[in-house]
Amino acid sequence: METRSIAAAVCLWMAGVLGAQAPKYGVGRVMSAEETRNYGIMVGPDGKGLPAGSGTAVEGQAVYAAKCRSCHGSKGEGGTGPLLVGGQGTLATGKPVKTVGSHWPYATTVWDYIYRAMPFDRAGTLKHDEAYGVVAYVLYLNGIVEEKQVMNASTLPKVRMPNRDGFVPDPRPDVGRTAGAKE
Amino acid sequence: MGAGLGSGILGKADEGRPPGRPLSGYGERSKYVKPARTMRQTKTPQAGSSATPLADMYGIITPSSLHYERHHAGVPDIDPDEHRLLIDGLVERPLLLTMGDIRRLPSVSQIHFLECGGNSGGEWQDKTGPDAQRSYGLASCSEWTGVPLRLVLREAGVKREAKWMIAEGADACRMQRSVPLVKDLDEALLAYGQNGEPLRPEQGFPLRLLTPGWEGNVQVKWLRRLFLTETPHYTRDETAKYSDLMPDGKTRIFTLTQEAKSVVTFPSGGQKLAGAGWYEITGLAWTGRGRITRVEVTLDGGREWREARLDQPVLYKAFTRFRLPWKWNGRAAEVASRATDESGYVQPTREELIAVRGRNSGYHFNGIKVWRIQADGSVTNGDA
Repeated sequence: METRSIAAAVCLWMAGVLGAQAPKYGVGRVMSAEETRNYGIMVGPDGKGLPAGSGTAVEGQAVYAAKCRSCHGSKGEGGTGPLLVGGQGTLATGKPVKTVGSHWPYATTVWDYIYRAMPFDRAGTLKHDEAYGVVAYVLYLNGIVEEKQVMNASTLPKVRMPNRDGFVPDPRPDVGRTAGAKE
Repeated sequence: MGAGLGSGILGKADEGRPPGRPLSGYGERSKYVKPARTMRQTKTPQAGSSATPLADMYGIITPSSLHYERHHAGVPDIDPDEHRLLIDGLVERPLLLTMGDIRRLPSVSQIHFLECGGNSGGEWQDKTGPDAQRSYGLASCSEWTGVPLRLVLREAGVKREAKWMIAEGADACRMQRSVPLVKDLDEALLAYGQNGEPLRPEQGFPLRLLTPGWEGNVQVKWLRRLFLTETPHYTRDETAKYSDLMPDGKTRIFTLTQEAKSVVTFPSGGQKLAGAGWYEITGLAWTGRGRITRVEVTLDGGREWREARLDQPVLYKAFTRFRLPWKWNGRAAEVASRATDESGYVQPTREELIAVRGRNSGYHFNGIKVWRIQADGSVTNGDA
């Protein structure tokens, strides 16, 4: 979808600038695949990069209560942290409520963000299973998965988020006029 | 002795004039100069923004101490000797670079503005900002020094199928953005210098991505990784945040370019004119599409526009200072500025933006800001 319009521009730049691929300066240390893996997880929307592990909403609820509830509320209603639940069907209204359930296009993003950035005061401490469980619980609170549905590297990318098709490319300039045109 | 001569002209006859304070290692501004970034009361001051006091700035360079801040998980404390940049994913040779490695490559210094994609976000709503700092202050301008991104990518050898790169910061949340490999990146730097010094920690010390003209969030600070991919990763900060919700419920994504914008900084909200007579109207303009070609100023709320003078040289994707001498007749007036850039784009009004994008897009507001000058000389928000 939105990547299509950018693709043509990408090809131009790649050919013109990155065409010559031989290293010129020879700086830096070439890394092995194992070394780059240890540098941190990168998760694509197709699930590529998701690690082993799994969790369900039932399992995630306990993790949530211990590590998320103090900021996001007992049922994801928000507090010092943003609300996580609700808002489906509100995006086209005058009072849109943007949440994981109503707005986020990919479930992989939810796993990635929770794993890398949460809990806010101790980011990077969640285990893979805990992150899968919390994602399952947040998706369950939003009515997107069942309570006992197992989330793992193969099932999570298949979760269809309600706003999956809700993103469009940048059409700007879309407002105003160009110089020379009449006011 | 007349007080009007000012202190220090004559001194006190019996004491003479003792010398001032001695040399110092790192300079401070005068104690009489007070402008500061905005500090809002919040329970999570590590995840927020502070704005540049635009109306107190001269010229086009923002002092590094007053550059706006936007952090998502605080400012990390990074030892540059320990810092590394990994370039991997769809590359021929995954590379790990030290700061020393990066500084050995050919560098360049360029002056560019940096603006948060959320700058002026409050202007979409009914209650708009009362002064330049709190409405347009998430924008600053610095001289940046760094290595062209393309030189570094070439060292790693980008594979043909790579069309994006995921940039990751070393802050606590390891913030990520997907960056399209488009022609604009010809200008991109891996920046390590700011206004003659190493980057300030608030701006990404020791290394940040700089993509001139794009929203600040994509110019990832504390840069620790560039991961080349075929597709974007749809990270949290490019889907849930920094995206623009339209009235039809669709969300615009990857709205990277900051469109032409300007604001009058004198006279502006919160200031007071001392009485009728001559003043210099001044302000700042900038565009992510190249150079500012024209700034017009109105004093009657938009009926008549006069062309302001632009300080030279007008720089590419940088703040441009505009000025217009003005003799105030002491009557109420409405002052505003309107910028045009070299693409021909003309800065729209707030009403024009809202008519197309509604009130809930949150980001990328670049409308004209109107200040109301009252007969008593006080200046207030023209939208209020």
